[in-house]
Amino acid sequence: MKRVIKFLSASFLFAVMALSANLAISADYKVGFIYIGPPGDHGWNYQHDVGRKAVDEAFGGKVETVFQENVPESADAERVMTQMALAGADMIFATSFGYMDPVINVAKKFPKVKFEHATGYKTADNVSTYSARFYEGRSVVGHIGGKMTKSNTIGYVASFPIPEVVRGINSAYLAAKKANPNVEFKVIWIFTWYDPAKEADAAKTLISQGADVILQHVDSSAIMTVAEEAGVYAFGQASDMSAFGPNAHLTAIINGWAPYYVEKVKQGMAGTWKGGEQTFDGIGAGMVIIGDLNDKIPASVKKEAMAIRDGIASGTLHSFTGPINKQDGSPWLKAGETADVGTLLGMNFYVEGIEGDIPK
Amino acid sequence: MDLSEINFAVLVASLIVASTPLVLAALGELIVEKSGVLNLGVEGMMIIGAVAGFIVGVETGSAYIGMMAAAVAGALLSLLFAFIILIMQANQVASGLALTIFGLGIAALMGHPYTGIKSPQISTISIPILNEIPILGTMFFQHDLIVYLSLISVLMIWYFLTRMRAGLILRSVGEDHDVAHSLGYRVITIRFLAITFGGAMAGVGGGYLSLVRVPQWTEGMTAGAGWIALALVVFSGWRPFRLLIGAYIFGGITILQLNLQAIGVNINIAVLSMAPYLATILALVLISMSRFRGNRGAPGCLGISFVKTV
Repeated sequence: MKRVIKFLSASFLFAVMALSANLAISADYKVGFIYIGPPGDHGWNYQHDVGRKAVDEAFGGKVETVFQENVPESADAERVMTQMALAGADMIFATSFGYMDPVINVAKKFPKVKFEHATGYKTADNVSTYSARFYEGRSVVGHIGGKMTKSNTIGYVASFPIPEVVRGINSAYLAAKKANPNVEFKVIWIFTWYDPAKEADAAKTLISQGADVILQHVDSSAIMTVAEEAGVYAFGQASDMSAFGPNAHLTAIINGWAPYYVEKVKQGMAGTWKGGEQTFDGIGAGMVIIGDLNDKIPASVKKEAMAIRDGIASGTLHSFTGPINKQDGSPWLKAGETADVGTLLGMNFYVEGIEGDIPK
Repeated sequence: MDLSEINFAVLVASLIVASTPLVLAALGELIVEKSGVLNLGVEGMMIIGAVAGFIVGVETGSAYIGMMAAAVAGALLSLLFAFIILIMQANQVASGLALTIFGLGIAALMGHPYTGIKSPQISTISIPILNEIPILGTMFFQHDLIVYLSLISVLMIWYFLTRMRAGLILRSVGEDHDVAHSLGYRVITIRFLAITFGGAMAGVGGGYLSLVRVPQWTEGMTAGAGWIALALVVFSGWRPFRLLIGAYIFGGITILQLNLQAIGVNINIAVLSMAPYLATILALVLISMSRFRGNRGAPGCLGISFVKTV
């Protein structure tokens, strides 16, 4: 009896392994995607999956895409990408910051496979990075938030203290402060990208301390649900989240990856793709999209918000335009000066006026 | 930093909500362990409750029916465990771990079509008169039904274990199953019932997560709550009231940490977030030390398979 069970379980395991190896792809050009969470998050991962589907559609049957969801930012990521490469992937999109070192490691082992890593800063001959200037979107929502808050307190649920997140906080704060000089920011770091229970707790805490507008830099729609229940405002993150809070949802910063993914796959197929490139696009290139504006926003504020959006898109306006001091009061940008990309990509300080410290 | 910005009444109210899944799951495990069985599958039963509760809640449009489904799902999964360890007499620790892994996997599979959907709401029930007491009213008397039920079950389980004949029989089975057997008590049946009850309670705890606390379904959303529940049982010395206090302290650390951050206190967030888990590891180590077990009122036959002698 025991032997039979052992045999059965062994063959079951084997079958599972055989099935997973069946990820092996058969079209001309094969593209793999790895996601940090489920595409059903209606946030960060959802938009990457929208981009993947756009690739599917753009090339018909010529390109085949595969994806793996819930890939932790650890050795698991290396394993998954290695598996994809072994299964014949020509290009792999790694769509979270923490995949940075795994991407570099796997890229070394597979020099012919092209790697695209989102929001990182390490490149190689076969690794390029891409990121969106989300902070441009934060200028728009920061302005709306500053105008809409009655308690003059804006809550911010942040994930990890990395430059991308710090940049967003600074940009939103500068815009909000300009719109409403009395505004104050409360920031909570929860050290995860995706944990709905924690995100909800953080939002509830901010609301209990008087915040009536919540900004988020975490992935799930839990905060929107909480905001709707509490009768405060929030903004969709990465995707339109109005379904979770029709009254709370003022607008969303939507990530538009589709054009970039289609373009890069096209380059890959044509042989014009280059490694070592660092793309950093914003509203102008359509990588950052401002969603529909809720009718609860007064017409004048809507108009101002659209003016900011259009100004940034056309390049006449920059989210970080001097004079701006750092938190400790030391000067950063002189009047009229705008921030350079290097400082933005490595931003590790708050601007003047934000209270609290960035966790180390 | 300005401590007056923290609304302590709301803080207490939200720590109660945050702790309720722990209280429910840990109470269930308390009964299981009192019957002499160590079920390490709490996490698995919670997540299966979370997903089943959410699915049924969404499909029927009623969160209460969802909560019942969560209980049934948790109980069903625990029956599997009961069969393996009571009938097949497999090792309880290994079977419990397997139950957790199995539960996490099957929940992810079942819940796949349900990510990113809104669940029906459970409304809060304010207790008349009491809810108008300043501060205390906000803290304790404006919650949903499940919170009140969790508090009532603490009381009921205490009464059951210390004042009722059936509770004493359950405890005797856990203390020494051979003696209980020789006195004519049905050890296997009693343990079956205890395990099923534990499963149902863990299921409700999970359902509370997906239907009330968040409320949405996410893969792996229990995020270790089941393990904390296990640790709580040990911390409490197998006593229901201490268990309740322990759960509120655990939940309190999390909520307090967020509050302190929001008012800008410079604290080491990483250490504070880690604290409940460190305590959990410590408790799980203590579980396995037999000397400690004798001192703290752990059931004598905890984790030992029962083999009918005569």
